[in-house]
Amino acid sequence: MRALDKLWHALDERLELDPIVEFVAHKVVPRHRHSWAYYFGGLTMFFLFVQIATGILLLLYYRPTAEAAFESVQFIVTRVPFGWLVRSVHSWSANLMILSAFAHMFSVYFMGSYAKPRELTWWSGFALLGLAMGFGFSGYLLPWNTLSYFATQVGTDMVSKVPFAGAWLLKFLRGGSEVTGATLTRFFGFHVAVLPMLTAVLLAGHLAFIQRQGMHVPSSLEEEAKRRKPIRFVPNFMLREGVVWLLGLAALAALAAFFPWELGTKADPFASAPAGIKPEWYFLFMFETLKLLPAHLFGIEGELLGLGAFAAGGLVWFLVPVLDRGRPGGGRGRAFFVLGWLVLAYIVGFTFASFAGVFK
Amino acid sequence: MRAANETPAVSRRTALNWLLGTSLGATLVAALYPVFRFVIPPRVAEAPVNRVLAGKLSQLPDNSGKIFRFGSKPAILIRTPTGEVRAFSAVCTHLNCTVQYRPDFQHIWCACHNGQYDLQGKNISGPPPKPLEAYKVDIAGDDVYVTRGA
Ligand code: HEM
Ligand code: FES
Repeated sequence: MRALDKLWHALDERLELDPIVEFVAHKVVPRHRHSWAYYFGGLTMFFLFVQIATGILLLLYYRPTAEAAFESVQFIVTRVPFGWLVRSVHSWSANLMILSAFAHMFSVYFMGSYAKPRELTWWSGFALLGLAMGFGFSGYLLPWNTLSYFATQVGTDMVSKVPFAGAWLLKFLRGGSEVTGATLTRFFGFHVAVLPMLTAVLLAGHLAFIQRQGMHVPSSLEEEAKRRKPIRFVPNFMLREGVVWLLGLAALAALAAFFPWELGTKADPFASAPAGIKPEWYFLFMFETLKLLPAHLFGIEGELLGLGAFAAGGLVWFLVPVLDRGRPGGGRGRAFFVLGWLVLAYIVGFTFASFAGVFK
Repeated sequence: MRAANETPAVSRRTALNWLLGTSLGATLVAALYPVFRFVIPPRVAEAPVNRVLAGKLSQLPDNSGKIFRFGSKPAILIRTPTGEVRAFSAVCTHLNCTVQYRPDFQHIWCACHNGQYDLQGKNISGPPPKPLEAYKVDIAGDDVYVTRGA
């Protein structure tokens, strides 16, 4: 203890840590009946940390080529001690992270936290979710199995529909005109270098904005938040968040151990796509929607129309902080509240219906 | 703002800013252009394949199909329920999956989004917007040859 005190003293003397201590000591989190929503961002971050740790471990054995990728993952899960666990945790945690990010996004949405002055927090969060989905999409291909091979075939082909830049984008993503070993090597680079770097930068911004502005309290809960004593961030809120992280860890451990992630069969570019091709669950609502569209609609390719609609929907969602002008008496616009529920119902509905085999 | 007669048409500051700005812009372009080009791989000279031995007739029963390699892309050889042999590109015109022959449907099917093509390769249901590219089939004894662009 004495040694620690001394160290602190030495650092404080040189770096003047007082303002930081002051800031941390006074940091509080409002308390009201929807305070539970404040834990999801942190939970998402927890899964992100798990991803970084297990990802680095997988890097010790994984080899990013069409010839060796599948075998190297097979080696990890069959021969490397606890390799099956590390891979399983990485795959499950990726899914839980996205689930948690969605929960986080919808909870801040319904609390209206996106409104001025928190537009930048919303936008950086939106980009973070995009990056998380990019992680999922690029990571899906890395084991080079049949399912992921065709999912990547389909997913990358969609960018070719982008007006003007489509052909260029397709080549950029695939590293050629087909999905080949070149695509795998590229996706590996995105997955372990490009996306982590962008995520680190955006997350730093996301967190910095929150520190600057403090937690948002919806206008309908302001009165309650004023009446009740806020939670001190250190140590009370941190300890509570710790409990949430432990719950996340418990769920993760149970899923990873009892439902080890499948590897499937090695991709063969000269075999037919097998029945049951589908993307990860968080792309299912789009996947099923596109499947329902006819080849041509109003003289336009159905696919193009569907992708255009998703792009437009994404743009509206992104622009919500400027589109929602709020209500005169304070609070967010009614229409946007309804929009949130519609979007949520659509995503959840289609995802479950897909699992239930409604779309065949 | 000063009166016009006090300032030359272009002040020294404006000129310098303009010079600095264009140099910076040029430097940026000079640095980014190679990057932009680098990310697209060079075209690898590929001997164009126009004719391949796709399979053996004796191994292709009626109402069945098989994928074969046509250059760098997969193609499909089918034998209709009435015994005719046909060949098409196996690349689905929807989003690039590899199609297969479905004996139970007696036509070509794409597993990715349930796209269907008839025995002529024509898209008949599901999302595919165009027919499959058809190839010419020659049979020499037991050998089935497929030719493109004929
Ligand atoms: C990788 C994903 C993400 C991480 C790690 C993350 C992390 C966090 C953390 C730790 C907080 C503070 C505590 C909390 O409110 O839960 C927060 C707040 C916030 N996040 Fe995120 N986030 C992510 C994605 C998103 C997404 C997808 C959105 C929405 C598009 C978003 C929008 C917001 C907003 C508006 C706040 C402020 C909430 C308030 O002031 O009450 N974030 N985020
Ligand atoms: S890729 Fe064949 S139906 Fe979609």
